[in-house]
Amino acid sequence: MNIIVCLKQVPDTETQIKVASDSKSIVTDDVKWVMNPYDEFGVEEALRLKEKFGGEVTVVGLGPKRVTESIRTALAMGADKGILISDDALEGSDSLAVAKALAAAIKELEYDLIFTGQRGVDDDLGIVGAACAELLGIPQMSIIVKVEVAEDGKTVKVTRPVEGENLVIESSLPALITTQKGLNEPRYASLPGIMKAKKKPLEEKTLSDLGLDAAGFGEGGRKMKIVELTPPPARAAGKIVEGETPQEKAAELAKLLHDEAKVI
Amino acid sequence: MDFSFTDEQMMFKDQVIRFATKEIVPRSREHDLMGEFDFQSFRKLGEFGILGLHFPEDLGGSDADVVTTTLAGEALGEAGVDGGLNLAYGAHTFLCADTIFAHGTDAQREKYVPKLCSGELIGCMGLTEPGAGSDVASMTTHAQKREDGYVLNGNKMFITNGPIADVAVVYAKTDKEQKHAGISAFIVEKDTPGFSAGKNLNKMGVRSSHTSELIFDDCKIPKENLIGREGAGFLMAMQTVEWDRSALMAPFVGGMTYVLKRCIGYAKERHQFGRPIYQYQAIKHKLADIKIFIEASRALVYRIAWSKDQGRLLNHLEAAVAKLFIGDWSLGPANDAVTLHGGYGYCHEYDVERAFRDGRLAPIGGGTSEIAKQIITKLI
Repeated sequence: MNIIVCLKQVPDTETQIKVASDSKSIVTDDVKWVMNPYDEFGVEEALRLKEKFGGEVTVVGLGPKRVTESIRTALAMGADKGILISDDALEGSDSLAVAKALAAAIKELEYDLIFTGQRGVDDDLGIVGAACAELLGIPQMSIIVKVEVAEDGKTVKVTRPVEGENLVIESSLPALITTQKGLNEPRYASLPGIMKAKKKPLEEKTLSDLGLDAAGFGEGGRKMKIVELTPPPARAAGKIVEGETPQEKAAELAKLLHDEAKVI
Repeated sequence: MDFSFTDEQMMFKDQVIRFATKEIVPRSREHDLMGEFDFQSFRKLGEFGILGLHFPEDLGGSDADVVTTTLAGEALGEAGVDGGLNLAYGAHTFLCADTIFAHGTDAQREKYVPKLCSGELIGCMGLTEPGAGSDVASMTTHAQKREDGYVLNGNKMFITNGPIADVAVVYAKTDKEQKHAGISAFIVEKDTPGFSAGKNLNKMGVRSSHTSELIFDDCKIPKENLIGREGAGFLMAMQTVEWDRSALMAPFVGGMTYVLKRCIGYAKERHQFGRPIYQYQAIKHKLADIKIFIEASRALVYRIAWSKDQGRLLNHLEAAVAKLFIGDWSLGPANDAVTLHGGYGYCHEYDVERAFRDGRLAPIGGGTSEIAKQIITKLI
């Protein structure tokens, strides 16, 4: 069973995010970059399936050179091969363009299953998985917490939580699954794993390597534009309700909730 | 001179910190408070490969060099793992398993090292005695040679992992007439008749590690349990002590980085007289002092690790300097960290008082500061 895991590099969730002076991007100087945590579930699930069915796990990442580090981490966890799609023309691409590049790279590979995170923890858009499946013309099952591949390796049964209930979906393969928290506990990369990863193949591809026209990518190719990024508003100081008696205080509180907070 | 770590070493350090932060640290506070050994975390250290890093892969290790091994220890401290578990790991891996690996026969290695690497067995080392601390050669534990083996009699004291160990490396005199040259090392298994451990000592710090007396009362062991040759024990102990003074110290150094992180966080949050206390010079100086200690001790510890990787087996002077510096000079910064936190610093949940208590062992265990100074003056 050959499995592909799409990987995005995102700022560590503990990073203090600052909006840059252009109001459209973030300051990346002090950012620690890590593998998108949802993609980690994908890597782990792929490795477990590989351990059961054999085959190969290929990690496909997209972005600047630093993404290599996260691909190496996936290789250290046990994945077999890595591909990094890296091209200056990709800078500023939107989710659809990213999906196009990923799909173009994946098309050249043999695969039974593709995992992507259900969303990136940076932009929180959740588009790439679905768009990628559409471009490849394969079924997509999103926000999955359980994956069971049939013994013959031809179909997959997945579980998706829906409002406290579980929706169970069965699909033929190949298919694309987007992963949700709860799917598994990703393993840590051991030292021997890290040393072995050094020697595993990691290929770099540009847009032209994939037969794609740079014009459809980057800022110019965006279908969706970022108008402005703003940090959450600073929390205003609390207010102590004044009044001599409980009745007075209650009246004052009601007045504030109505006039100032406008919630009643 | 190369002060940089490789990409692989940095990735591994990152993984150790992630692992420890998620799997171990949430349990550290409680185990320290209760004075209980955390068997679950110890086994997880084994599963993740930490317990056997520097041993060969065919014995269950990871073939790591000494620098990487030291880095892993530092990472455990940096993540906030308590000194007790770190000490238990150090005593197990460097004082017990490493002695068997470095000086044992193939049969001894194959029998014990893989299970010590995985954490299936817990190891300890018995050198110190109630009446023989700094003066190692005055030990009275005696191993009398018989036709089929040895009979051990005597007591060992302050033995880390003593009450929970499955395997003990024990030093005893095979020749009472001789001083250093009369000491030999033996492997003693837990259930050997005549061998018992005392109850866990109630300690000031490193509380989640269990410490006790080891008692030998006509304890018969087979002759194949001798490590190396008779009379070679003292040299083994000295080689062990060097680990004691480098890799085993790394978690202390990492622990101070954890303390510094806590201090910076607190100093930025805590407001007095209208501004965060971070802005006051008195606080800034304390933070700087902690950082200076960390940088200096890192340099000392990694220098020994690097030397070992270069094939220099004995680094007594460097080890004594590192041990003394980290032991004596960490007390000031640890005290500053408590001071900086005010009343909260005196409370358990802020972790700095734990670092203060744990750190107090450093000038005592594995050779006192006074002995370190003796060694230094002898070698200059």
